[in-house]
Amino acid sequence: MRVPGSLTGTGLLLRHQLRRDVWIVLAWTVGATALYVSQAVSVAGLYRNQAEFDRAAALMSHNTAFVAMAGPARALNTLGGQVTWQASAFGCILAGLMSMFLLGRHTRADEEKGRDELVRSTAVGRYAPMTSALLVTMIADLVLGIGVAAGLIAYPLAVPDSLALGAGLTLAGWFFAATALVAMQLTATSRSAYGLAGAVIGLAYVLRAVGDVGRPALSWVSPIGWYQAMHPFSGLRWWPALLLLAGAAVAVAAAYAVFARRDIGSGVLATRPGPARGTLRGPLGLAWRLQRGAVIAWSAGLFLTGLAYGSIGKDVRSLIGDSRATREMFLQSGGDIVDAFYATAFYLLAILGVGFAISSALRARSEELDGHLEALLATGLSRTRWLLAQVAVTVTGTVLALGAAGLGMGLGYAMVTGDAGRIGPWLLAALTYVAPVLVLAAVARLLYGIGPRLGTLAWLALAFCAVVMLFAQVLRFPAWVQELSPFHHLAMVPAEDFRWWPFVALLLVAAVVSAAGQLAFRRRDAG
Amino acid sequence: MGNVIDTAGLVKRFGATIALDGLDLHVPPGEVHGFLGPNGAGKSTTIRVLLGLLRRDAGDVQLFGEDPWRATAELHRRLAYVPGDVTLWPNLTGGEVIDLLGRLRGGLDEGRRRRLVEEFELDTTKRGRSYSKGNRQKVALVAALASDVELLLLDEPTSGLDPLMETVFHRHIDEFRAEGHTVLLSSHILGEVEKLCDRVSIIRAGRCVESGTLAELRHLTRTSVDAHLVSPATALATLPGVHDLELEGTRARFQVDTEQLDGAVAVLSGCGIRTLTCTPPTLEELFLRHYGDLVPVVEAPA
Repeated sequence: MRVPGSLTGTGLLLRHQLRRDVWIVLAWTVGATALYVSQAVSVAGLYRNQAEFDRAAALMSHNTAFVAMAGPARALNTLGGQVTWQASAFGCILAGLMSMFLLGRHTRADEEKGRDELVRSTAVGRYAPMTSALLVTMIADLVLGIGVAAGLIAYPLAVPDSLALGAGLTLAGWFFAATALVAMQLTATSRSAYGLAGAVIGLAYVLRAVGDVGRPALSWVSPIGWYQAMHPFSGLRWWPALLLLAGAAVAVAAAYAVFARRDIGSGVLATRPGPARGTLRGPLGLAWRLQRGAVIAWSAGLFLTGLAYGSIGKDVRSLIGDSRATREMFLQSGGDIVDAFYATAFYLLAILGVGFAISSALRARSEELDGHLEALLATGLSRTRWLLAQVAVTVTGTVLALGAAGLGMGLGYAMVTGDAGRIGPWLLAALTYVAPVLVLAAVARLLYGIGPRLGTLAWLALAFCAVVMLFAQVLRFPAWVQELSPFHHLAMVPAEDFRWWPFVALLLVAAVVSAAGQLAFRRRDAG
Repeated sequence: MGNVIDTAGLVKRFGATIALDGLDLHVPPGEVHGFLGPNGAGKSTTIRVLLGLLRRDAGDVQLFGEDPWRATAELHRRLAYVPGDVTLWPNLTGGEVIDLLGRLRGGLDEGRRRRLVEEFELDTTKRGRSYSKGNRQKVALVAALASDVELLLLDEPTSGLDPLMETVFHRHIDEFRAEGHTVLLSSHILGEVEKLCDRVSIIRAGRCVESGTLAELRHLTRTSVDAHLVSPATALATLPGVHDLELEGTRARFQVDTEQLDGAVAVLSGCGIRTLTCTPPTLEELFLRHYGDLVPVVEAPA
């Protein structure tokens, strides 16, 4: 940056990268806009009158678990206040993830695969590739913010506050892009760089959670806390946005300073030598070794989310209060409202668990596209055994991740209420969701079996199930659409009694679809 | 005993692209077979069909007398493969990869593994991502050469190795052959093929255009002759099979069809030979003949 020539080619690279990213950015923008606007839509349909809304808001604002999950409770008896409360923290996580992935794919991932070296051998300046990657990401965050602001203004909500929610989101995205840029300089592989950048996002979320519940100082060291401190729809103020901007600037400067001192292709954190002899016995050992980190991370994440839900305890009763629509939502089959709430929580955690199951099923895809499969299949290993090992790890990981979610929920509940009696039953309740989650993993397997590039379409199946879960009742989807979701058929334990046949039937469906994937995989070209 | 590799009329298409267009390849046991062709001629595709990774569209393929698409895993216990572009798992060390591939193939010869690691000067404690191209290739070579197999399929195995390591590689290939085993060596490093291979097949655009021992192939081509004589050899000008004749006084330089060499030498000795240099055609010339389009292409022997 000191020499003007060190930025030569930035414009050209920028155009090239934007072309590669346009669809990805649009998809994230639609997702984030839907997150914000859907809160307005769903809240608007819940309460009959303002008095009921006020009562529910008062109850919500006193529930520490909800505050910990979403943010400081401000103006919860207004639509704008509800949107801010329910969407801003998760919106930040979305913007952070998008920034991290975009930035990573144009910096560390390119560097790791050697594409970066090829680009650098042409007449581009030393800082051009990372500068254009940063600009692309900043533009993407800007689009994200504009989408959210426009969606809220169109709803319609107040213009200045809607703009603040959008602008703050953009700035939060910039902040996480800047910290991700630092992470990309530190580690030598994109997988570990994503781990580091993702941990920054997670830490920001946890800091503000603890801060909002009882230690306000902590919220002031979290970028998500700064965003929420702008108080949209509850006495809007703009100056906390400057903190985001300043934080991003500091991180960018740090990233450039580190980059100036490191070699292309290496990180700052040195890689340690490993064992000279291997203990991996076969395809199962290898598959487990490659996915072990993901299984542990997902299980820990779901455990903590379960713990957060569980620690709401019996407050559920006061939270849902006397709003009839909400009661109806939770109490479709009658029974205890606490059970009904937790049945919904299991459903939500299971949908999160699908994230693990699909990414685990698609690990086979990256093994093939990265060229590792060819070397494996040239040994005595058959395609069937290789893919079965992948399946085994996906199934085991799914059981562990969902089990961790159920255990966390039960432990959280026991900690708050002193009632440990639910730990066992809730563990089992969480495990019933193994069946529908594996159906979606099997769909991913089938798509991959037909062709490796089709595999990613499986994420659409997850999006479909999430939409059905969130909006099927509010938007009154036709029955056949709801029935397409495997989750629809499962008994909502603990609100409903467990039924064997849907569980077994879903497992059978998963097995058949997965087997079809096996057959397709055996018939096509591989490697 | 039949051939180790037999393909007849092998066809493989990728969409509209025809990668293999009726390829015939025959490799008997105990031979190091050079598989020559420029980039994109179909060498890697052939090897991947032989490995059962790709499914043929037409024709016949047999490996040890069996169909590699059906008996894939059983056949793979008898062979080892080194791809041209080796990718390793970024988090696994070279040693772990060698042992994993060896176990999957049905076991490694411990003594040979130790010797190979030593001779190739490979640091087996480094992680996959920190190896250079040559070192990644060494990992794959050690894994292949240390396993107890009868056939090596090598796809440009030395493209990243330095000359010292190439020598190590050549020594091990010679040892492997001495044990009666078979090698299919795809390469476009002609010197290596000349040094190592008993027979070669040259492919172009998915077809085998020439196949045979180097001696046989040479026989089909021209020998370069450079002679200083007592008297000018003007008779050469009318001799059939002589090309590019340059006569400068008593010096004669020309190319002659190898079948006509005898006649040409007779003319020369009639003129009194002072010095005579005969250069057999190099593989390069054989190769250029098929690819440089300098000489009319001779159809492959059926």
